[in-house]
Amino acid sequence: MEEFFQQLTNGLAVGGIYALIALGYTMVYGVLKLINFAHGDLFTIGAYLGLTLLTSMGLTGHLGAVAGVLVLAVMVQVLVAIIGYLLERVAYRPLRQSPRLSAVVSALGASIFFQNAVMLIYGARFQVYPHDILPSATVSLLGLDVPLVRILMFLTSVVLMLGLYFFIQKTRTGTAIRAAAIDQGAAKLMGINVNRVVSLVFLIGPALGGAAGLMVGLYYGQINFTMGWVYGLKAFTAAILGGIGNIPGAMVGGLLLGVIEALGAAYISIAWKDAIAFFVLIIILIIRPTGLLGERVADKI
Amino acid sequence: MNRRYAMYMVAAAAFATMPAFINPYWTDVLNTVGLYAVLALSLNIILGHAGMFHMGHAAFYAVGAYTTAVLNVTFHVPVLWAMPAAGVLAALFALVVARPIIHLRGDYLLIVTIGIVEIVRIALVNNIFDMTGGANGIFGIARPELFGFKIRKPVHFFYLIWGFCAVTILLFHWLENSRFGRALNYIREDEVAAEGSGVNTAAYKLGAFVLGAFWAGMAGTLFAAKMTIISPESFSFWESVVMFTIVILGGMGSIRGVLLGAFLIVGLPEVFRELASARMLVFGAAMVAMMIFRTQGLLPPAPRHYDLRGIMSGTQTREERA
Repeated sequence: MEEFFQQLTNGLAVGGIYALIALGYTMVYGVLKLINFAHGDLFTIGAYLGLTLLTSMGLTGHLGAVAGVLVLAVMVQVLVAIIGYLLERVAYRPLRQSPRLSAVVSALGASIFFQNAVMLIYGARFQVYPHDILPSATVSLLGLDVPLVRILMFLTSVVLMLGLYFFIQKTRTGTAIRAAAIDQGAAKLMGINVNRVVSLVFLIGPALGGAAGLMVGLYYGQINFTMGWVYGLKAFTAAILGGIGNIPGAMVGGLLLGVIEALGAAYISIAWKDAIAFFVLIIILIIRPTGLLGERVADKI
Repeated sequence: MNRRYAMYMVAAAAFATMPAFINPYWTDVLNTVGLYAVLALSLNIILGHAGMFHMGHAAFYAVGAYTTAVLNVTFHVPVLWAMPAAGVLAALFALVVARPIIHLRGDYLLIVTIGIVEIVRIALVNNIFDMTGGANGIFGIARPELFGFKIRKPVHFFYLIWGFCAVTILLFHWLENSRFGRALNYIREDEVAAEGSGVNTAAYKLGAFVLGAFWAGMAGTLFAAKMTIISPESFSFWESVVMFTIVILGGMGSIRGVLLGAFLIVGLPEVFRELASARMLVFGAAMVAMMIFRTQGLLPPAPRHYDLRGIMSGTQTREERA
């Protein structure tokens, strides 16, 4: 039973990361109906920028661990958001009216570009995060010793997700995003600047993805230029699991996928860990293609 | 024979003399181009003609290559004899996996097929059936033999691979204008209308999938023969991306386009080998630029009027009824 709860907390921590990345996919898909294949690489860029800022500026040394990491997270988010904005302007906006497949190939091209740019700048080897930034303490939870890092990670992703949720549901700008996702043409007629909505989506999604990259760096301590691909694919699975285009769906899907994967690795086979997500994906698409919480995109299938 | 075909014949004959003018290294590059041309042509049936967003073609290629390797190394079947088995097994695999997902459209199919190719790769790494040799793969695949002639040098492979490619081109060219090919194009243009007018879209789509997989499986045999060693790395998702990009970039549904795409995407990066590390960076940027400036691909098929007679069930033409 103890093993079960340990895997559960691990799954929730990793699931929070999947959920943060999945939000970027689901928002872009909701508004543009585009799978942004380069999103996983923005996540990688976040991890690498975090490492650079951490080692070159010594933030945690000046400000202490918690404040240092917070400042770091904000800086990473801003930088990755700028890259995401440029990505949309350069690679996707000119293809808005083109066949869907052209945009897919453009996204793949952008992904290859980013991956190799990271490799050229940082090298192909694994890079190591300083391991003493976050406290390695454990917290006693229901009689179990859970690493504090897991709890912090889980809480951070939940705070970011709730922030996004309220932004989308309660503010005028959020309403504009929702309107553009339902019907771009009608939104335009209502005086919504769809281009600005799309730009905003490409600022928010990458910012969350970049934060997730930083968290992976801090949690696992090792990053590699190809890691965005696997995380990206799993996060996309999470988005589909919850119902693509649906923001609460991405959150639930991400957490659920993290837990399924952690339990699957523990009780089925660690060697097949990465395949579990794809089995889930195939099963969900066969049984319930609109995802667990999805209804709105029912006509897309 | 009209002038256009005569020109194609001359061009093909000129191309066949290529190995005499270039060194073995470049012959080998041409062989790789030919292999991808065959693969992309087989994907073109599914993606270009039927319009299904299939990004997992490397899975079928892998099944073919591994079938060949296992038959040859474990059971000592001559490599080229394994070719039909490789094709059939890949086709059966396609039948099993495509059956439940064939109704998925657009991006959903795209994502599922990516999932399939990843599962296949992980299965190979995990040494499934204790036959795939895990992450190291299978080595020591024998050189192929054709009518007692041992195929060893790049120039021998040049004629084997491009000969197979020529057969592929002729067959798929014939297929384009067949009842099957016309039905696929109709489905791509408007699936609802096709279904509504009595075309059994699910059966045709499945047919396209199985045929494409069959051909990719046979290409797997050529790959195993050429490399003599295969490992899961050769069948990653990125292989699928390369095939997918060749079809889209060359022009969906156009044989000439796909051939040109294979030369540009597989051959051209070799030319810039000296720039080794920056080459893929440029490649990615070029993919984006190509899509923006040439959305329809380089050589899209000429617009044509589809003759729908005979592809709908129950509305046979007089000749067919006779």
